Amino acid sequence: MSARLGQVFERCRAQGRSALVGYLTAGDPNPAESRELLLALAAHCDIIEIGMPFSDPMADGPVIEAASVRALAAGTHINDVFELTRAVREANPDIGIVLMGYANVPYAMGFDLFSERAAAVGADGVLIVDIPPEEGAICDDAFRAHGLDRILLLSPTSPDERIRLACAEGSGFIYYVSLTGITGADMGEVADIRSSVAHIKTMTDLPICVGFGIKTPEQASAVASFADGVVVGSHFVNQIAGDGDVHEAAGALAASAAAMRAVMGGEQV
Amino acid sequence: MSRLPEASPEHPLYHFDITHAPDAGGHFGRFGGRFAAETLMQPLKEIEEAFYAAWADPEFHRERLDLLKNYVGRATPLYHAERLTKLTGGAQIYLKREDLNHTGAHKINNTIGQGLLARRMGKKRVIAETGAGQHGVATATVAAMFGMQCDIYMGREDMARQMPNVLRMRLLGANVIPVDSGTATLKDAVNEALRNWVASCENTFYIFGTAAGPHPYPLLVRQFHTVIGQEARAQILEQAGRLPDVAVACVGGGSNAMGLLHPFRDDADVRLVAVEAAGHGLNSGKHAASLAAGKAGILHGNLTFLLEDDEGQVLPTHSISAGLDYPGVGPELALMLEEGRLELEATTDDDALAALQQLTRCEGIIPALESSHALAAGCRIAAGMRPDQIMIINLSGRGDKDMDNVFKHLGWLEDAR
Repeated sequence: MSARLGQVFERCRAQGRSALVGYLTAGDPNPAESRELLLALAAHCDIIEIGMPFSDPMADGPVIEAASVRALAAGTHINDVFELTRAVREANPDIGIVLMGYANVPYAMGFDLFSERAAAVGADGVLIVDIPPEEGAICDDAFRAHGLDRILLLSPTSPDERIRLACAEGSGFIYYVSLTGITGADMGEVADIRSSVAHIKTMTDLPICVGFGIKTPEQASAVASFADGVVVGSHFVNQIAGDGDVHEAAGALAASAAAMRAVMGGEQV
Repeated sequence: MSRLPEASPEHPLYHFDITHAPDAGGHFGRFGGRFAAETLMQPLKEIEEAFYAAWADPEFHRERLDLLKNYVGRATPLYHAERLTKLTGGAQIYLKREDLNHTGAHKINNTIGQGLLARRMGKKRVIAETGAGQHGVATATVAAMFGMQCDIYMGREDMARQMPNVLRMRLLGANVIPVDSGTATLKDAVNEALRNWVASCENTFYIFGTAAGPHPYPLLVRQFHTVIGQEARAQILEQAGRLPDVAVACVGGGSNAMGLLHPFRDDADVRLVAVEAAGHGLNSGKHAASLAAGKAGILHGNLTFLLEDDEGQVLPTHSISAGLDYPGVGPELALMLEEGRLELEATTDDDALAALQQLTRCEGIIPALESSHALAAGCRIAAGMRPDQIMIINLSGRGDKDMDNVFKHLGWLEDAR
């Protein structure tokens, strides 16, 4: 397991705030501009999720799906994903980095080689949307051997036995999906999310990050009041989805991330 | 399996054994499984439990088989195509007439089964993906009969190719939702249906149309279609006094193939042949032959053979037949191929068109383009066999839905002007 994700949450806890977890798809809108955008976002996040583009992103809404389409159309390869990850790591030695995507991309490379390369460029963890704990046999050993955390998801449809399973098999943090739906939909009711997170916390010491549908600082602030981390994805991807100048997009992204981070609670750094 | 009901006296053709079952996680050897997003894991488990409970319940089979008989029109005939046999000059060719089912294809065997499950589970709404539109029509039909709300996801490209089926679905009261993402074909319709289901699983049952997808769908779809092979087995024993030498079916995802072939799986002397869509040719890059040209990968909830690039991106496929235009294939067929139990053939667009015309002219039966792939390959194999040998070809659907597409390819629409 990676020590770094644990340190990120410890640091945030010491500062009395939640971690801001930001997502962008690697290679969106193309590998060169993606580098500037990822660096702009990473500078304001505690953890960054770097999406690995996939042809069939079944759990994603139209915003992140379009990001995958743009990245692949621009010729983004898995090598680009690794190189972008390396760039983020070199500029941000202490940030948490999670590679996020769908099973077929690492499966095609082979989980051993994938894990070796992911660890070498500085990733701390991997979140594969369509590999639930039950199918972990194909990847868990490889992740473990290369010191990568296996981030698992829980959702409002997860019964207690699945919560126990994810908490036993997962590491780094638990990603709680705030709604029954796809990324970018409307966030669920705060009260429901709060009670679900509290319930999961009775079963694990792992940090809980909440994501899917968090678009405004108000929503982020509400979730930050009880979750260890707040994941913002589609909202950030939307910031860069236009045809505008990449430097302007990077500026807007940084401002948007800073605004989110400002409401994570605690003393601002 | 002593818990399973005995074959019912009213329906002596059928039995309810679950042979070659997947493991508890839905794996067929190294294939299959349940590679699904967390939100869908519990709904999938609930369907699995509901299926096993229903399958062990004689009342479920009584209702299902009654509908298959009196609503769908089963058993479908097994027809000895003597003129086609003579023209081919080899093995005796028998056609399993799934085209005579209500709605015109085998698909309704499965939608009746899953529709009954949905009703048992108290779901008020059903959704489905569709390629050629046959599964969509079969789902919309069952939804109309059961009084359920119905949304069908269909690639915009497929809607253009299969407009009569789109209109039939609308007439049946279903909402047909065009899918523009990706290649706007079947795989993208599956993605979109899954996206909807993630958000609606509480009141919605996803009626999956082929023997692929996350566990338990490959098992469900296979079991609901085995009526095809169970009937054919009994019928050929009655008509010819022995089992066939070869059984042939086309393969997109594999629903009609598993339906015909599975009941012959333990008959070691029966060759099982799967026919894929070779499109413009297997070397053209424009085909849908995932068993012949794919490699192991993970898509739509299961590990199977996929048409993909070196980095795991799923490739666009091509077939004249929308129902075969899919980059994956059922996990159990992948296993049967690896175990050497399945022979592979592929038919090009042109050969399928020729087979459609040949059967129409010599037997007066207009087959679906999908089934025409099986016919073309079947006749090629039969030509090399002896006249005392027997082949069963699954005529999985009728060609009415394909007429515009066929006339366009034959250039007849221009001629008529």
